[in-house]
Amino acid sequence: MPTVRFTRNIQRHVACPTREVEGTTLREVLDTYFRENEQARGYVLDDQGCIRQHMVVFINGDQAADRDGLGDRVAPDAVIDILQALSGG
Amino acid sequence: MSTRCHVATRKGLFTLDRGESGWSISRVSFLGDNCTVVMHDTRNGDLLAALNHGHFGIKMQRSRDRGETWSEIATPKYPEKPADYVPKAGPAEGKTPDWSLKLIWSLAPGGGDEPGFVWCGTLPGGLFQSRDGGDSWELNRPLWDHPLREQWFGGGADHPGIHSICVDPRDARHVTIGISCGGVWSTRDGGRTWNPPGPGMRAEYMPPEQQFEPNIQDPHAVVQCHANPDALWVQHHNGIFKSTDSGASWSEIKDVNPSVFGFAVAVHPKNADTAWFIPAVKDEKRYPVAGKVVVNRTRDGGKTFETLTRGLPQTHAYDLVYRHGFDVDETGSRLIFGSTTGSVWISEDEGNSWQTVSSHLPPVYAVRFEKPV
Repeated sequence: MPTVRFTRNIQRHVACPTREVEGTTLREVLDTYFRENEQARGYVLDDQGCIRQHMVVFINGDQAADRDGLGDRVAPDAVIDILQALSGG
Repeated sequence: MSTRCHVATRKGLFTLDRGESGWSISRVSFLGDNCTVVMHDTRNGDLLAALNHGHFGIKMQRSRDRGETWSEIATPKYPEKPADYVPKAGPAEGKTPDWSLKLIWSLAPGGGDEPGFVWCGTLPGGLFQSRDGGDSWELNRPLWDHPLREQWFGGGADHPGIHSICVDPRDARHVTIGISCGGVWSTRDGGRTWNPPGPGMRAEYMPPEQQFEPNIQDPHAVVQCHANPDALWVQHHNGIFKSTDSGASWSEIKDVNPSVFGFAVAVHPKNADTAWFIPAVKDEKRYPVAGKVVVNRTRDGGKTFETLTRGLPQTHAYDLVYRHGFDVDETGSRLIFGSTTGSVWISEDEGNSWQTVSSHLPPVYAVRFEKPV
């Protein structure tokens, strides 16, 4: 099963442990993860279910291309990393 | 008389308490986080605070023990945009906004006969309502689906926003809202139908044929007199306006020194003829005229104004006060304002004199007295 890992910066707001979850597309994988952790959904996806403007998702080191539809294919052994842009102030 | 005030800033929520020797900071919540607005619910004591976490989006927090502890509650969420959605009318400026929460800009408790009801104004122009104190939110569709809503546009921001919500103390179904830029709208039936703005506001910066168009006006803040709810005061981008008929019509008040420009306004809760303003250089430069922080007060419905300065810095002071950075307590005697440069002043004599509470806070977005439950 694909593995989903989150930036540690999100952990102070909502606990997002690394998990292996089912899914063959990014949408399926994230939906599976967020079904068990609904609070985290809004930290990664916006109202319309798109990746938030300043969040980034990597699938085996490559940026997810379909930021709105989350249609990127996910292999069974893929590692998905979810993190935020390194800016602030 | 209020003895506690909440100050929402770029780096947290500060609680001020009135002790025997004066006002001081008693607590800091969400230190380091951007707190855009705070609400005290006079019906049950709840506190609601909106946080903007940037990368992670907008979140809402609630405290039910006067700020000792906080819990994350639901955040207003725009509904899924229909795939075949076609705007009915284009905006007067820019593009039609996304259906996605950009900012929580205003919060207001419903009426005393509506326990748990809370209004929430947002960018990009959606008005939300909760019937359970913030555990869930629903977009007010009659306003969102109104064809004139799509003509609103952002004033200084990329999207239009609802910044003022006035619930009539006589009848909670009568609600008046202020939009930048969309004028002042109202409902008489709790939000089932909405009345577009009445005439009388003027935006001299618009093309000549649009200057008096009610639906493109930029009221920076709208306040309502508690004892005379038909009386509304507006600090507008273009100047000062007032209404004595619940916003059905507006009159402009001109030639107020040192400036009619500003963001904030407060009205005396017991006397609609008394209102306070914090003027600034008009209009894109936005700093206190001549570097002097002053408060303007009228006691005669806007015929004359006094400029109040006692206790306020009068040399090289560049404090700008945002639209939610000013409040008056339920007696009308205590006032507070906070600035973009982190200064907070309080008056206990209707603005005649001011005391500095801090000069070193983060930029202040909103101040709200905690009024008796």
